[in-house]
Order: sequence, then structure tokens, then C-alpha cells
Amino acid sequence: MAEANHSPLAQFEINRLVPIELGGVDVSFTNSALLMVASLAGITLFMMLGMRRRALVPGRWQCLAEVTYEFIANLLRDTVGSDGRRYFPFIFALFMFILFGNLLGMLPYSFTFTSHIVVTFVIAMMVFVGVTVVGFIKHGMHFFSFFVPPGLPIVLWPLMIPIEIVSYLSRPISLAIRLFANMTAGHTMLKVFAGFIPALGAAGILPLAFVTALTGLEILIAFLQAYVFTVLTCLYLSDALRLH
Amino acid sequence: MARAYQPMTKRNKPDSLRDLDDRLRRLREREGSGGAKPGRGRGSSAGFGMAMRIGVELVAALLVGVGIGWGLDKLLGTSPWLLLVFFVLGAAAGMMNIYRVMMGMSQAVGYSKDKDRSRGDDEPPSDTSR
Repeated sequence: MAEANHSPLAQFEINRLVPIELGGVDVSFTNSALLMVASLAGITLFMMLGMRRRALVPGRWQCLAEVTYEFIANLLRDTVGSDGRRYFPFIFALFMFILFGNLLGMLPYSFTFTSHIVVTFVIAMMVFVGVTVVGFIKHGMHFFSFFVPPGLPIVLWPLMIPIEIVSYLSRPISLAIRLFANMTAGHTMLKVFAGFIPALGAAGILPLAFVTALTGLEILIAFLQAYVFTVLTCLYLSDALRLH
Repeated sequence: MARAYQPMTKRNKPDSLRDLDDRLRRLREREGSGGAKPGRGRGSSAGFGMAMRIGVELVAALLVGVGIGWGLDKLLGTSPWLLLVFFVLGAAAGMMNIYRVMMGMSQAVGYSKDKDRSRGDDEPPSDTSR
């Protein structure tokens, strides 16, 4: 290991694996892209091989695949209701992609693509624009009544409508920042405490124990953040479908 | 031979199985037609997840407010007034976001609780068997 690689932030560096340039735009295949492809492949293998036998009494693997399906299906039914079922493929893909991205990032020497705000922001914008479009398709221009709290006196409209619009526009930002900040902070913290282990010699057993516990916490957070992202997407979708 | 017209399910099932069928069907109808049902599947992990939301909500709304104000100031040349106005609006929006999360309200505007939102399934679900 080179000395430069010991920086806690070195793990977030983007490396070009296959340099490609199209019309002056750098579209190189990077380590981030590699991990995205790996997570797609991982999801596909997990679901396809899990359901390959289609046994009436599921084995362990099929059970896992069915549990993830049921988890998202129940989540969607609890938050959006039964008319949210048609959005299941998108929600499921979203959850699995973020979850696999987070979990693959926990492998040593790996890369966490969800720790880059570009990635999380694009996913959040996708959700935001998609949900807004669904709201407009469902309600037309009536969608703008979304920004007026019911029962509000007209005097307060000039104050409340800008607040509601800012609050609405803050959704993709908060979605993106939450995932990005949790991933970046967690991985940086792991690296910093791991750096104490060789520096402290025999007393390094203490940070080692801490890092071990922290790794467990990070795996919990990997699940939790994927879950939170999905729950919020469902809530926003439910809002767009029902307005008030 | 006249019995052949009866569907399989009616013909040779013991009573207990038919009873189970009935109960399952009723359960599915109830689950399928009901709207949002909060309160289920929201254990301690969901509480932890909610705790992580709160700080970010405040900062995000503030960022959006400041961003809008700064951008409009650049466009209209009214610096720094719109920035100040939208900073306050952003802070208010952030507070309101937190208030909504804490009160268990929906994300939408208005002050209805999440739990009152079970109405409004305008079209019947096409497939109740999930």
C-alpha cells in the first residue's frame, strides 16, 4: 500500500478503469460504474437464481427472495395503498439498487457509489420528477392546490405558499443528502478508526474492537438508509396520488 | 355424471378446507381494498430511521431557500434582499418539515394525520390476490 492511500478519503476517489471519450465528454468506465454494474448483476442473480426452482415450499435462497418481495409489497401497500401496486417495479428496483450499492460498499477494497452525491442526487431527482409527473397526470392543473393548506385564510396565502413550495423543493435535496452523508460519514469513520490500530501498537485492540462494532452498525445503516429512501419515495408517491 | 359440472373446489373438499378458503378470500379482499394502513411494520428500526431524517430535513429546506434566493438575486440584481427573504422562508419550511415528521403527519401540506388517509381508493384493485 502506498503512503497516499492511507487518507481516510482516498476510498472515495473515482478511478478510470476504461477511459472512453465521446464527443469531448468523458464517459469513462470508472470504479463507480463497475460497482453499479456489479450491484445490477448481484440483484439479477439473487432474484433469478433464488426463484429458479419455484418450489411450493421455498428453500433458504428462495425464502430470501420472497421476503424481499413481500417486504417492499407490504411497504407499498401500507404507505400508498392498493393503487400503489402499479409502481411496485420502480420502488423495488430503487430499494434493491441502493441496498446492493450500500452493501457492496461494505466489502473491503470495494467502492461505495452511494457515497457520491452525484449518484444519490440523480436518483433523488428521478424520484422527484417522476412523482411530480404522476401528480400532474393524475390531477392536472389541480395539482397546484397541493401548495395551499386546506382551510388557510387568504391573508396568509402569500406567506404559506412560498414556504410550501420551498418545502416541496427540499425533498430531493434531503433524500440525496441523507443517503450520501450517511454513507460518506460511516465509511470515513471506519477508515479513521482503522488507522488508529497500527498506530497504537498493543493498545490497538481497543480501536479494533470499536471498528468491529462499527462495521456491524454500518451494515445496519446500509439497510436502514435504503429503507428510509424507499419509505420516503412511497410517502411522496402517496402524496402525489392523493394531494391532501 | 351430473356432478362433473360442479367445479373442483365445490366437489371434493372437506368442510374445514372450504372454511379456510372462505376466510382467506375475505382476508384478501379486506387487505386489498383497504387504503393506506400505517402502523404495521413500523418497529424500532423505523423509529431510528425517522430520527435520522430530522436533521437533514431542516438543512435541506434551508439550502433550497438560500439557493432560490441567491439565484433570483443574481437574475434580478436585487442582492441581498431576496436572499434574506428566502433564507427565512427556507428556515420556516425546514421547521414545518420537522413538525410534520414529529407529529406523524403526512408529507403533504395540511394538517391531517397519516392515519386519516385511508380514504380515497377511487378505482378498485384489479387483482386482489396480490
